[in-house]
Amino acid sequence: MEPRHTISVWVENIPGVLSRVTGLFSGRGFNIESLCVAETMDPEVSRITLVTSGDEQIIEQIIKQLRKLINTIRVVDLSELDHVEREMALVTIKAEDKSRAEVLRIADIFRCRVVDVSPSTYTLEITGNHEKLEAVLGLLKLHGILDVVRSGALAIQRSKKE
Amino acid sequence: MTKKMTGAQIFMECLKREGVKHIFGYPGGVVLDIYDELTRQPDIHHILVRHEQAAAHAADGYARASGKVGVALVTSGPGATNTVTGIASAYMDSIPIVVFTGQVPTALIGNDAFQEVDIVGITRPCTKHNYLVKDINRLAYTIHEAFHIARSGRPGPVLVDLPKDVIQASTVPKFPEEIKIKSYNPTYHANPRQVKRALEMILSAKKPVLYTGGGIILSNAAEELTEFARALQIPVTSTLMGLGGFPGDDPRWMGMLGMHGTYCANMAVANADVLIAVGARFDDRVTGKLSEFAPHAKIVHIDIDPSSISKNVVVDVPIVGDCRDALTQLNELLKDKPHRDMTTVWGQWLDTVEDWEKKHPLTYTWSDTTIKPQYVVEKLWELTKGEAYITTEVGQNQMWAAQFYKFKYPRRLMTSGGLGAMGYGFPAAMGVQMAKPDAIVIDIAGDGSIQMNIQEMITVVENNLPVKVAILNNSFLGMVRQWQQLFYERRYSATPMVAPDFVKLAEAYGAVGLMATRPEEVEPVIKEALNTPRPVIMDFRVEPEECVMPMVPAGKATTEMLLA
Ligand SMILES: Cc1ncc(C[n+]2csc(CCOP(=O)(O)OP(=O)(O)O)c2C)c(N)n1
Ligand SMILES: [Mg+2]
Repeated sequence: MEPRHTISVWVENIPGVLSRVTGLFSGRGFNIESLCVAETMDPEVSRITLVTSGDEQIIEQIIKQLRKLINTIRVVDLSELDHVEREMALVTIKAEDKSRAEVLRIADIFRCRVVDVSPSTYTLEITGNHEKLEAVLGLLKLHGILDVVRSGALAIQRSKKE
Repeated sequence: MTKKMTGAQIFMECLKREGVKHIFGYPGGVVLDIYDELTRQPDIHHILVRHEQAAAHAADGYARASGKVGVALVTSGPGATNTVTGIASAYMDSIPIVVFTGQVPTALIGNDAFQEVDIVGITRPCTKHNYLVKDINRLAYTIHEAFHIARSGRPGPVLVDLPKDVIQASTVPKFPEEIKIKSYNPTYHANPRQVKRALEMILSAKKPVLYTGGGIILSNAAEELTEFARALQIPVTSTLMGLGGFPGDDPRWMGMLGMHGTYCANMAVANADVLIAVGARFDDRVTGKLSEFAPHAKIVHIDIDPSSISKNVVVDVPIVGDCRDALTQLNELLKDKPHRDMTTVWGQWLDTVEDWEKKHPLTYTWSDTTIKPQYVVEKLWELTKGEAYITTEVGQNQMWAAQFYKFKYPRRLMTSGGLGAMGYGFPAAMGVQMAKPDAIVIDIAGDGSIQMNIQEMITVVENNLPVKVAILNNSFLGMVRQWQQLFYERRYSATPMVAPDFVKLAEAYGAVGLMATRPEEVEPVIKEALNTPRPVIMDFRVEPEECVMPMVPAGKATTEMLLA
């Protein structure tokens, strides 16, 4: 597996910009593992967090090609920096009889929140980094996942600690 | 200005402010208002092409010859899609053109309206940037920005999509004087420290080679390059796109490199210990098998586009900046710092290069009975004293033009290098002739390619553009046939090409048609064409199975070339 890189891209918040970014990836054969986009505090700017993988030369190309887009304001490879990363999943698990308690115990250990309950299911909200989500989902799979939706990664640089 | 203007009027005013004098176009429903406005614009000359692809190529040829931005104007739907090949070709070769496409009214966009296509979506990957103008109050600014982006940094095509209602609306326009795009700031000035490092590396080389590309032409750096190369006596080779950036008659000129490059140029690059790449992008047609390209060389790479650097080949001294700026700095450094006479330091290397040149010069086997295509190009060169503006089609004709027309000046060769679009040369020649009305403009063509945009014959006749077309008529899609000949045991699948009677065709269009079937007829035909102040087609019936040599088979190292 080639190393994952989490890249932050600030773009002008105008129509068509996202397709320029995704088109760049598909057109040049770069892969995108996940993508999150939303407005920043400045409504004229959107921030994209994308996760990709590739060797050093490919990542360098990805960053340069992103910078080359006219609507791109700034590109930062957060993987090069000290940063915090979070993903979120909403997952509905079969939980009947004795497994109800077990599912809740897992939720508790991993600090998941129960966001919906029915007599035979729980829906949990899981947040954490990529590895944590993989771990929790791995455990929950044993109980039977009925439905799952995952966000892409969000990431932010850590502040300097004096 | 506080007067209300329509979108069409604003459009025209913007063109004038950008210094546009010529546009290549084709009308249709959604651009009727622009065409109507054109009747009131004596300063803007519109050339009505016969196919929108030709409008884009003509704008491209115009841009290359003049150094200005070329402009095309077409209608929505099929008009817009017809330009795509021309846009893609300009994109691959970094040519500044602005293409205006009409679009259905904004209220209809997305409804599959008559002649609606998402041309912004279609051309997103083959434009430097593109726009859909939805608000008339953005029109003037967008057009200004489009020209700015097309011509600045690494140039390229920009498309502006204009919905009919925006063209018809009116407003009191504000014409921007300056452009400031916070997200777009090309680096022109090369980092002086990097330039110094590069020079040190070059001066400590034993076997230096300059490998130059289209960036020299685009940044108008031919003089600076020539000064630098001559000051140090470094052997120079260039890509197809860079031809004319260094004089083809200079003793240090080695010829083009790559797939159909000279033996000398490819050997020199393969043996170089320092390779100075200027405005070139290590394209696969140049490098051959990548792992064996310049295997012993430290590489200096000067390019305005950071994404070109270390894309295919890892570079030792990257320099982001305008080629001309970087070369000027190098020349200044050389002036300040007396250096040894490098011909003595590099004497042995220069001798070796000369030996390679003598061992396998560009050549061909003469025939008394059939015309050799190379001979035609040689004669064109001789009879125009190497001063003509040459466009080419794609295939063997293109390579022979590149090999045997020894370009002395920049902006004299227009060819679809990156895309390799057959049908480019003739409309491009039309564009060149518009930009250079008094120059000799010759499209060196193939019998296949010329048929891809032959309809423009009537455009050149109508506009009194005395473009000359020299068809190297081998009755084949020659370059494809060459591969079949060499690598597919001569199974000529779909490459024998039946062509019309080009002489009669020329006459039917109201142009002049000339034909040569024997070597001794070549010179008189060219002379007659050059003395005819009208469009001329020269049909040279050449040796059908001639191959372009040398040739590096695809995927092979550039030293493994076939020589004959
Ligand atoms: C639009 C387009 N279609 C197909 C090709 C593939 N192609 C490359 S060279 C060539 C043959 C060109 O024939 P001709 O114009 O007669 O030139 P010649 O090689 O014979 O000089 C072809 C078909 C191309 N480059 N462009
Ligand atoms: Mg041919």
